[in-house]
This record gives sequence, C-alpha cells and structure tokens, in this order.
Amino acid sequence: MRSIKFKAGVLKRADGSCYLEFGGNKVMAAVYGPREVHPRHMQQASRAIVRYRYNMASFSVEERKRPGPDRRSIEISKVSREALEGVVMEALYPRSAIDVFVEILQADAGSRVAGINAASVALADAGIPMKCLVSAVAAGKIDDVVVLDLNKDEDNYGSADLPIAMNQFGEITLCQMDGHLTEEEFARALEMAVDGCKKIHELQKQALIEKYGQEITPAAAEKAEGGVADE
Amino acid sequence: MVEREVVIPGDLLGDDPRLASHGTYVQDGKVYSANYGLVDRRNNIKVIPLSGRYIPARGDLVIGKVNDVTRSNWIVDINSPYEGLLHVSEFPERVDQDNMSKYLHVGELIIAKVADVDPSMKVELTLREEHLRILRQGRVIDISHVKIPRVIGRNGSMISMLKKELDCSIFVGQNGRIWLRGDEKMVDLAIRTIFKIEREAHTSGLTDKIKEYLKNELEEMRNQK
Repeated sequence: MRSIKFKAGVLKRADGSCYLEFGGNKVMAAVYGPREVHPRHMQQASRAIVRYRYNMASFSVEERKRPGPDRRSIEISKVSREALEGVVMEALYPRSAIDVFVEILQADAGSRVAGINAASVALADAGIPMKCLVSAVAAGKIDDVVVLDLNKDEDNYGSADLPIAMNQFGEITLCQMDGHLTEEEFARALEMAVDGCKKIHELQKQALIEKYGQEITPAAAEKAEGGVADE
Repeated sequence: MVEREVVIPGDLLGDDPRLASHGTYVQDGKVYSANYGLVDRRNNIKVIPLSGRYIPARGDLVIGKVNDVTRSNWIVDINSPYEGLLHVSEFPERVDQDNMSKYLHVGELIIAKVADVDPSMKVELTLREEHLRILRQGRVIDISHVKIPRVIGRNGSMISMLKKELDCSIFVGQNGRIWLRGDEKMVDLAIRTIFKIEREAHTSGLTDKIKEYLKNELEEMRNQK
C-alpha cells in the first residue's frame, strides 16, 4: 500500500475536516452540520439527511479537467454517500442535514476511496455520532497479478480495479468493479482490500487521537450548568 | 484526577449494556463509543464529545438572537441546527400582537430558557422566569458549546474567578454564547481569556494557568497606564 498521511481538523470554518495524502492523492474533506436543510423539501421529519459532494479540482489531473460536476463525480458522490450513510446515526438529528464536501486537489488513482477515508475522519472530527469509522481501499489486477492499492499507471494499464469500503465490523459498504476478475481473483482481491482497510482504520484512529496529543485530561467534562448573570 | 482516554466512534468500551450512557451505543451486548471524545467511566460509561453542534434540551439557559417576528412568535437563532420559538404568551409583559417588534425586534439578543423540545425538535423558549431578559447592553461572543463546562469550571470556579478579577458581569449560555458587560478594557481581556480557555480546554490545571495569565495581563495593563 502507498504511504498515507491523515491530518484531522485543518479547516477553521468547517465543523469537521481532514486533509489526507494517500500516495499521490491529495484530498481535503470538510463536514458541516447538522444544520438546517435547504431546500426545505429535502428535509426528513424523523432523521438527518447526509449529502456528499465529490469534486475534482481542475488542476488535479494531468490535462486540465473541466470544472463542475460531471457524470463521473455525480456517481462517485452517490456511492460514497451510501458508503458512509450506514454508520451515521441519522435518527438523532431530525429535520437536519449533514453536508460532506470532498475536494480532490491531486488525483492519482483511488481518489474515491481516499475521499471516503478523509470524509469519515472529518465526520468524527465534526462530533457527529457514528457507529464507527469507514475505511476504504482499492484492489486490482495488473498482468494477471492481484495487487492492493493501484497507482495511476497501474490503474490505467492494469486489467481490473476494485474499490472497497468497509466499516469496523467488516460490513462492506462500497464495492465497485472495473475490468474483469475470475472468482478466485475476486476473492483474493477482496481479502487484500479488507486487510488494507484494517490498516487504514488504525491510521484514521491515530490521526484523531493525535489531534489532542497527550494533554487530554479529566475535567474537560463536568456537567454543564448555565451561569447566572449577577447585576 | 483520572487520566481520560480519547476514543473514536466504534471503540469497544465495555461488556455491560446496563452501563451504556450518553455518547455510546449497544450492539450484540457490548458497549461501543458513538462519538469522538473522552470516556468517563466513573458511574456508567459515557463519552463526552470534543466537538459538535449545540442540540437544545429542556431547561437549558441559552442566549438567542431574534431572526424573525411573526404574529404570535419570535423566531430566535440559538446557535443550533434548530431555531427557537418564543411565543407571545412566554413574554413577561402583555403584548400587543399588532406591534410585536415594539417589544423585541429582529437582531436583539435575549437570555432565554428552553421550555420544551418535542421529538421533531420544535424548540420552545420562555422569558418568564428570573434572570431571563432582553440584553440591551454588553457584548456577546460565540465559542464551541462543548467547551462551556470548562469556561464555567468545577462548581463555577473559573467563571467566578473571571468575574472577580475583571469586575465584569458575565452570563454563559449553554449554547456556546457568552454575554459580558463591564469596563471595555476588562471585557476585552475577558474575551481574550475565554478564547484561551476554549483553545486549551483539553489541558489539565486550567484554572491555575488562567489565573496566572490574568495576573500577568493585568500587571501589563497597569504598567501601560
């Protein structure tokens, strides 16, 4: 697997954020919410809605990418949202929205899994109750060899790509495939991806713990009581 | 003081579902963390979040800003995903409903109490109680609501120290808004101090550290005169 560097809480304006370097990918994720839903008709009376926007910067790839949503990024937004929706405890915040924005600053294959990894850390950083984090990684095949975490050339010239997202309990929340794999190859690739996700989960955990360093201590939390104004 | 560990959502905290409390959930008879925060295992297992938005609860004292006026309600922003409603009947005086803005107009700040929150998160506020009132002087700042307990301190130690040292009136709303009034220079210093508390909220011995900081700052102010 390529080298991975998470940094939680990098944006001041967002409720939660995460910057991730995943091999050649550079990804920024920002989470806002829970907040009021606009437009109003999207609001759900009994739960929060999760919105996810995956966007590639025009300078993120070799040849300038036309900015704005396209078929690919809309699809990725949808599958990524579904990958994360399962762990977010939506029922706690009726009539609200949780917005996740993922910006790909530099792309080097596997940007959707990088986006999910960063978004999941950003959600935790925003203080949104979740069952657990979601980790993701892609497996693939190059010249009949099944490998984990393809880079750009391996992805472009290889024969299969299999992005996988998994939560801590081993439930797979995203599974896409591009190219062809035999049943045995698929099983092997899935197994590798699952192992990869476990490693990434450790890194995500580390990033969140590091944010507060060793200084964390107790009284950070006594019961809140409103003060009283004395005149 | 017990060292508290940081946990992330999904961390296993215990095997006894009866101990599960705030910020946790139970799955297959085990207790897991639902939040990114600090574990408290003193009585039961709960996780105190390190971040997050303010969610109103009945009985909270909050500082709100009037956003809109209707014929029967003032709609109040309470620094939360949900807006607060202040009904005319919850206003301390008799109100002429044709002229609601006369009593409380858009942009004004109030100290209110959360009278009720229903399951669809309709938040009802009241002004009919002691200490609750319209704020016509002073300044209001916003901080993260999870840091409010630190600004108040154990049994109010931090806030009473601030009030005493700086001779200011301070009201801390549970929604993360703080109202201050007093000598402008002192209020400036109080605000700087509160932001410092917010930044260092997760460190230990904070009250002493802040006391020291205030002492130095006050010394400096005296020297400048």
